[in-house]
Formats: sequence, structure tokens, C-alpha cells
Amino acid sequence: MRERRLPILATIAVFILLYALGGFYFGSNFLSTRVLGNLLTDNAFIIIAGIGMSFVILSGGIDLSVGSMIGFVGIATASLVQHGMHPLMAVGILLVFGFLLGAAIGFIIDAFEIQPFIVTLTAMFMLRGLCYVISIDSVPINHPFMEAFQDFRIPLPGKGWLSAEACIMLVCMAFALVIAHLTRFGANVYAVGGDMTSALLLGVPVRRTIVLIYALNGVFGVLAGATYAFYTASGYPLAATGTELDAIASVVIGGTLLTGGVGLVIGALFGGVIQGLIQTLIIFDGSLDSWWIRIVIGGLLFLFIVLQKGIMRSVSALSQAEG
Amino acid sequence: MSDINLKKVGAAAEKRALPAAVWPLVALAVILIIDVIISPSFFSIRVVEGRLYGSLVDILYRGTPPALIAMGMAIVIGSRGIDLSVGSVVAMSGAVMAALIHGDLSPVIIVFGTLGMGLICGLWNGTLVAVLGIQPIIATLILMVSGRGIALMINGGRIPTFRSEFFEFVSTGSIWVIPTRLFLVAFVLLVLWLLLRKTAFGLFVESVGSNTQAARLSGIGTRVVTLSAYGIVGMCAALAGMVITGDTRSSDAVYAGVDSELDAILAVVLGGGSLNGGRIYLGTTLIGVLIIQALTTSILMSGLPPEYNKLVKAIVILVVLLLQAPKFRTAVTALFRTGKGKAKS
Repeated sequence: MRERRLPILATIAVFILLYALGGFYFGSNFLSTRVLGNLLTDNAFIIIAGIGMSFVILSGGIDLSVGSMIGFVGIATASLVQHGMHPLMAVGILLVFGFLLGAAIGFIIDAFEIQPFIVTLTAMFMLRGLCYVISIDSVPINHPFMEAFQDFRIPLPGKGWLSAEACIMLVCMAFALVIAHLTRFGANVYAVGGDMTSALLLGVPVRRTIVLIYALNGVFGVLAGATYAFYTASGYPLAATGTELDAIASVVIGGTLLTGGVGLVIGALFGGVIQGLIQTLIIFDGSLDSWWIRIVIGGLLFLFIVLQKGIMRSVSALSQAEG
Repeated sequence: MSDINLKKVGAAAEKRALPAAVWPLVALAVILIIDVIISPSFFSIRVVEGRLYGSLVDILYRGTPPALIAMGMAIVIGSRGIDLSVGSVVAMSGAVMAALIHGDLSPVIIVFGTLGMGLICGLWNGTLVAVLGIQPIIATLILMVSGRGIALMINGGRIPTFRSEFFEFVSTGSIWVIPTRLFLVAFVLLVLWLLLRKTAFGLFVESVGSNTQAARLSGIGTRVVTLSAYGIVGMCAALAGMVITGDTRSSDAVYAGVDSELDAILAVVLGGGSLNGGRIYLGTTLIGVLIIQALTTSILMSGLPPEYNKLVKAIVILVVLLLQAPKFRTAVTALFRTGKGKAKS
């Protein structure tokens, strides 16, 4: 259905509009590829979290634990490196942990019919609790690998560059797009989110799909956490508190419906970058106080949700008229 | 409609055969018994400087703000909704309260102003849900994201402090030896109970929660009912904001009421409420609040390092949730039965 692509087109239009607004007010400095590169770097971890969240939301669920997961991965990586482990090895172990935890969450949700909201809320408490158990202080990550990570740059035309964080994010996005649109699992995600009963009747393996969705979300959560830890070169038990909201907002602004079944994974990229853009615009301006960031993002969320509602209504009216 | 409801309740009762309050009460009792084993003086209550002191009093005292919010949340959840913005509403109403106190107004006007802020927030959420038909989680997410920004704006980016005898009395004072804020909770509980059980409003909310379409077709003004439910939770959050702000004597837009939406929702679920709506459990929700608060207090008391607080809390809550899930109970019973069967053969 062509109309279902309207939300993502609207998202891209808003992105271009905000970018043009910045260019109009702040001149060519704002339009440089350096600002674009920074935008991708600074919001990489939110977008990666948003990718996992997209699958969860497309299946009709929600994940509140990703902020705590990012904090946990940061502090766990930092303390493993402190004990002499290579950062990549630490992240590898955590990826297995994230996959297993996600799978357990998915299993509890589907097998015992407890709402995703509540199960992931418990996971959120648990992961944040584990953060405190590992350390209550900030732990720096000192390793030769970190310097190599931070020196990594792919130059862009103009003065800008793509950092390692941005590259990880783009690779994650490409991987997610392949899974969502080219595999049977991806089709199953949309089927489960669209109508669980029909999916079950059509022979979609609902249990396996839901377990895999949350396991995949766990993996993206760990990747987001690793990106954040390398970005800040430290772990802190309170890090990324509330990031789950930013990730959910990215997905919603990216045009995915929270009712499940409708939306595109690529939306998380635009949703995340738009939030970053608002932040950059307000900081660039300098005269606006920082609280406007939250208010403007809230307002934008409102606009998008009403827009989606309007589109969905006109679509269903159209299809009724045709039928 | 009442017939359908009766049938539903009847079917549920047949399945369970136990009143809804049993499981939360058992959980609370287990926690309290463990507390007594750890610290025998747990139940002792003393009067110091004309006020009651003791672990039990402490649980009730600290549980006041979450109890106020959770009661409102129980009503919204009963209407098949949810309100994620209560924490932000706590911050916003606290900011309004501080601003009004600095305006040297009479306490009555300040109370109405603060409650008014909560009501406005609730009606905004309610309008999004009832009139625009937006899913409650997202509708209230908007205010959750932007609310603290608005509170910061009201505070002018600072943390205004104040002195107000009236609000210190409401929040930290006591009547005879009993803390005033406990009377506040009792009063709100009474008002909500009268509203829900002695008028048709409770039935209306529950019918909207179990089947909005059917409720509308049987002549219930579903929009007004939903709007009122969100208005009530907004005012409950404003009251909690009053207690929290009065306690710290300052309005902190960033940290006032942080995570209170999660605690409130958890309390409702621990009290046996289903997020699928249709039933309002005020009493068991309060037990849910006590479970969460007792857990926090007992972890602190047990001598376990405070770092373990959240982890232990999460594990206990997970166990209670699993025990409450009918599917889990059947699965466990089935497991035991097959286990016995195997042992016999």
C-alpha cells in the first residue's frame, strides 16, 4: 500500500526542512558535511538502539530496558578491560549475553502472556541493578584499541568525515534492512505485528519469531552500549538513563506505528538524526535555553502521531470506498 | 452490559476460586516475615518528639507519593489506558506550586493552582486518547518527554527553594502522632472509592476498559469517562508533586518524581490489575505499593550493600509477576504432575 509510505516521506521532508532552516539561519557552516558527520556520530548509539526497537515495535511490543542495557554494557566493558581483556573480546561476550537475555525476555512475554511493557520494565531494573553491582563509580576504558577507534576516520567530500561510531551504525542499519526486507524472519515480524491470530493461523512460527525479535533487540542493545562506551571511552552505572525514550521517539518520528505491523526500519535513522538536528539547532542558536530541546521534540512527536493518525484514517476510508 | 460484566467476573472467579487480593497479600506477608527474621525489632513502633517512628511507619510514610499516583494509575489502567507522564506531571505541578508560593498567595489558592496544573495535564492526555484516538502509551509519552522541559521553563532553569508552613505541615508534619500525609492518602482513597463504587462511574470506566465499542453502543459517554479518568490521574500526580516538593522544600524539575510512572504501573500490576483493562483494584494496588516500598526498606535494613537494591527488587518483582501469570501457574503445575507421573512409572 503506497499510502503507508507517507509517514516516512513526511519524516524525510521534516529532516530536509530542519536542515534547510539551519542552513538559512546559520549559513554554509551548518550545511557542511562536518555537521552531518557529527550528527551521525553523536546520535549513533540512539539510532542503533532504535533499530532493535523498530523490530520490537513492528511486532507490536515495546522495550524499556535498552537504556539500562547501554549503561550495563558500558560499565561491564570498562571493568572487563580493566581486568586485562581486549575491548572487542569483552563486547563479544556481552553480545552473547544480550542475545540470551533478549531471548529469555521474548520467551517470558510469549509463553506466559505477560505484557512486554512489564517484562522489559523488570529487565530495566535488573540491568541497572547489575550496573551498581559492578561499580558505583565511573570507570575509564584505557586500551590501545581505544585510540585506534577514535582515530578512525573516513573522509567525506567537504571538511567532514565519518567516525567509527557512524560506520558501526551504518553497518548495523544495512544489516537490519536486509533482515527486515529480504528474509522470511523479516516478513514474519510484520505478520506477527499486523495480526497475531492470523499469523498463527497462517503457520507463522510466532513463538520463535518473538523470541528472535527480542534476542535481536538484545544484540542491537549491546552494540548501542558498546558504541556509547567507545564514544565516551568510559563506563558509568547511571549512563544513558532514559535513552529508551529517545529510541522509542526515534522510531515513532521515523514513521513506525506503535500498534505494530506498519513502518520501516530505516525510519529509526531519520528519527534519531532529526532529534539530534533539533538539539544542534538549539545549541547553534545559543539564545534558546536547553529545555526547549525536550519541548520541541515533544511537539514534533505530537505532530507526527496526529499526522499518522490522519493518514491511517484516510487510508482505511479509501479502502472502504474501493471495497 | 452489566450482564456481560457479571458473566466475565463469574468466569474469572470460577477459574481462580481465590479472591484477587490473596496473591499480593501473600507476597507482602512473605516479605514482612523475612524482615522479622532478619531484624526482630522490625515491628516495633516508638513515639519520638510527638511522632511515630519505626520501620513499618517508614514504609507507609515513604510509600505516600507512589500510593497517590498508583491509585490514579489503577483507574486509567482500568479504562485500558496507561499514563507515562505522571513523573513529569509531578515535576510540573511542583514547579507551579513553588512559583505560586513565591507569589505570596494563600495556601488554598496554591493548592487549587497545583491541582489545576495536574488536571490540565490529565485533560490534555485524555483529549489525545479519547478525542484523537491515539494509543495511550504514545499519547502520554508526548507529555512525558516534554513535561520536564516545561517544568524547567516554569522554574526558570533553577531549583527554586521556599518556606511554607502549610505545605511543610502537609508533607512532613503530623496530626496527633500520625504523619499528615497518611491522612491525605486515606482521604484520596475514600474519595476515589466513593466515586468508583457508590456512583456508576467505576462501572463506566470498567466497561470502557473491557469493551469501548460495546460501552459506547450501550449509551455510555465513553469520551467523557476516558477524559475524567486521565483528569483524575493528573490530579493524583499533582498531589504527589505537592508532597514531594513540600518534603524537599524546593522544586527540582529534573529529579522530582523520576521513575514514579514505572513504580505506579508496577504497583497496579503487582496488585493484580491487568494492562488489558476492565477492572479497577484500588485496595490491592495499595498493597502493590507497600510490596515495592517494603522491599526497598528491607533491602536497606538487611545489611546487603545498597548496590544490590535494584537487582534484588527486580528479581523479587519478576518472581511475583510470574506467580501471578495464570499461564505460568498452569505450566508449573503441569511440570509437577508429569514429574510425579514419571517418578511413578
